[in-house]
Amino acid sequence: MKGTPQHVIIAGGGVAGIEAAGTLADLGYRVTLVEKGDEPGGHILQWHALFPDRRPAGEVKSYLRKRIEHRNINIITRTTVEKIRHHGGGVAVNLSGGTEEKADAVIVATGFELFDARRKEEYGYGIYDNVITSAELEEMFNRNRIVKADGTVPSRIGLIHCVGSRDEKVNNNHCSKVCCVTAVKQAIEIRKMLPSCEVFCFYMDMRMYGPYYEELYREAQEFHNVNFIRGKVSEASVNINNRLVIKVEDTLAGRPLRMELDIMVLMVGMEMAGSGMKLAEASGMKRGINRFLETTDHHYGNNLSSIKGVFYAGTCTAPMNITDTISHARAAVAETVRYLNGK
Amino acid sequence: MKPEGKKRIWAEYQKEIPDDHFFYVRSCIRQTFFAGSEQYFLKILRDDLGKDVYEDPRHTTCTGIGYHGDVVPFETIQAVVARHFALATEAGYKHIAISCVTSFGIYSEILETWKHFPETLERTREDLYKATGRTFEVPETISHTSDIIYKFRDEIARKAKYNLIDIATGKPLKVVEHIGCHYSKMFPKYGVGGAEFPHVLVGMIESWGGDIIDYPERRHCCGFGFRQYLVQANRGYSLFASRKKFESMEPYRPDMIIANCPGCTMFMDRWQYTIKEIEGITYGSDERGIPVLTYEEVAGLILGYNPWELGLQYHNVQSLQLLRKMGIKADPAERFLAKDGSRLPEPANLING
Amino acid sequence: MSIDQANKFGFTINRSRLIDYDASDRKVRDYITAREPSFRLCFACGGCTAACTAGHHTTFNLRRMNTYIRRGEIDPLREEVTRCMLCGKCLLVCPRGVNTRNVVAVAAEAIRKLDRNEL
Repeated sequence: MKGTPQHVIIAGGGVAGIEAAGTLADLGYRVTLVEKGDEPGGHILQWHALFPDRRPAGEVKSYLRKRIEHRNINIITRTTVEKIRHHGGGVAVNLSGGTEEKADAVIVATGFELFDARRKEEYGYGIYDNVITSAELEEMFNRNRIVKADGTVPSRIGLIHCVGSRDEKVNNNHCSKVCCVTAVKQAIEIRKMLPSCEVFCFYMDMRMYGPYYEELYREAQEFHNVNFIRGKVSEASVNINNRLVIKVEDTLAGRPLRMELDIMVLMVGMEMAGSGMKLAEASGMKRGINRFLETTDHHYGNNLSSIKGVFYAGTCTAPMNITDTISHARAAVAETVRYLNGK
Repeated sequence: MKPEGKKRIWAEYQKEIPDDHFFYVRSCIRQTFFAGSEQYFLKILRDDLGKDVYEDPRHTTCTGIGYHGDVVPFETIQAVVARHFALATEAGYKHIAISCVTSFGIYSEILETWKHFPETLERTREDLYKATGRTFEVPETISHTSDIIYKFRDEIARKAKYNLIDIATGKPLKVVEHIGCHYSKMFPKYGVGGAEFPHVLVGMIESWGGDIIDYPERRHCCGFGFRQYLVQANRGYSLFASRKKFESMEPYRPDMIIANCPGCTMFMDRWQYTIKEIEGITYGSDERGIPVLTYEEVAGLILGYNPWELGLQYHNVQSLQLLRKMGIKADPAERFLAKDGSRLPEPANLING
Repeated sequence: MSIDQANKFGFTINRSRLIDYDASDRKVRDYITAREPSFRLCFACGGCTAACTAGHHTTFNLRRMNTYIRRGEIDPLREEVTRCMLCGKCLLVCPRGVNTRNVVAVAAEAIRKLDRNEL
């Protein structure tokens, strides 16, 4: 690249935004990374360990941190991109706070939000003491302490798959892809931390789609005595001892099943982030029926928007794991560079 | 349990309940088995709260039991309900107050059907006109009568002579609420508080001083069904469902059950006798049974009405201990005495009689 | 429930179909798992049941039997174990390599011990 380096704005400093920023910077482009939180990193910052190998999340976090330690990258935090519009031959973005930034291209990497578990009223999240989300369990792992709300140690934990995913009742027909394997990973971690605690996964289908996921599932059965019950939990309540009571069909037995739990973990799914939706609305970017950004072709154009100079990276287009998010971000960079070279 | 979580859900499911001018439609079961409840709904609204409630003697059954029992087609029940709307229209009323949860479910289902399939509304207009020559306006609101008592619960509390409090200990009474399935399970938005954590009866109990019991089978159907109890041999199904609830609430030692559905009130009351006969088990503290009251009966007690005029003596499970706990003086000897001094028929096999 | 009582009302109280996980124990499952650890690997594909000779002329269902063992539902299990003809066809098809034939044999043994209060 000769002369003044071309400038790319990246909306969102999660895994996709960071990887795209780092890759562009390595290629000599000037990058402005706009992150709405206090620091870049995204959802992984909360996570303790990653599937399928249960490696510490810290290893990937430190990779991501180093990825954006680059003189070509300017990081703006506590800021969102509110609107993208064409300006001259390039683009201009409006940032929250009223400032404006000009660039040659934009990569949208606004990511996902975890499903708000309160919307599944029948599970009593926010009402019953010991109903938590998978993200909250991850924080318990971080503190190395899995306890009930009253501080006592649980003897039975149930992980409920598909909370907010594959569920027309909350307007999410899509599968969030990562929750099944997250549940298996978390089940194993619980069994390792609390060997006398029984662990149950309540699933509709076990969607072990990635490399070594099926192996992890097998490991959970073979070595960790994790129990799997096929059926969607329909209701939770508490009994007089403040223990949770769940109703589910054991679909393999063809009979309803009732079970008490000390902690119920809701495997919350992925939804299009609210900030991304606002940005899409303001900028005329199309969204699919699942509310994620719609790409021009889901086979060979899945980083492309229908707006010139705007590209998509990561989970703003669909639920995906970290591996796929990183690959998708690199592909977004390839598409961006191809566009910039043709300018 | 975090109460703020429930409050958040309640705030999301608030429906419009009008302040006045109701067209009242009765329940087949209630006017037969708990006649005092309907009478006192009218009395409380008219005399205590000063509201206008209109009743038309030409109003009929909604045929809901026949509809759910597969003998009345949907087109027919739409025409029957449309006729009720026509009576309301003729009398100049826009707000329907529905005494029965089955009817309430029917009305909700029909209004939703008309909303989504406008051709069914046109067809119903035509059917009704051909059959009766009547025309009607779709009502502005439908309220279950428990919605209306809910709306005025604090006003009732301000006029209270008694509270849901054990006068001996000063502690709140432990109350189980039971919501009829067709109140909000089909259309959560039509129920105060929705379907998972309905607030309609909870709100009354809170306002009147009691403690609500949230027990594991709270949301379970009482088992009333329609085909299930209509066919005698199938009643074991209904009985099983009620017993499941009793066993689940039993550890909490409830002082009473309050229900908003005619069928639930009747079966949860009567089945306690049947279970006693079949299994020898009587629920409740000291095996005295758990009284099952309607919300108007509870409101009536709060307002100081005579329990025997409310009709509590015609429940299978008698409420003598409950009345004593609340400090209500009611002479059991007067239970079956009519106002003119003659003897009323006395039911057999009363629990705790 | 006597016939007299049923006649009095013309009906009885229905029996529960619920699997009440807290009302049973997993002694039989643990006995089987200790002696045939491959039992843990079943993921309920039903290959065994499809291949089963007995299952084609009786209600025997090995896949469901495994579920009963895991849930501690002993009464239906007691009936199931008698139906297997121990031909071993299920062994050939199991994608997880569960020693299915031995699971049935050990389950029958566990039931016998349970009935003699030896479990």
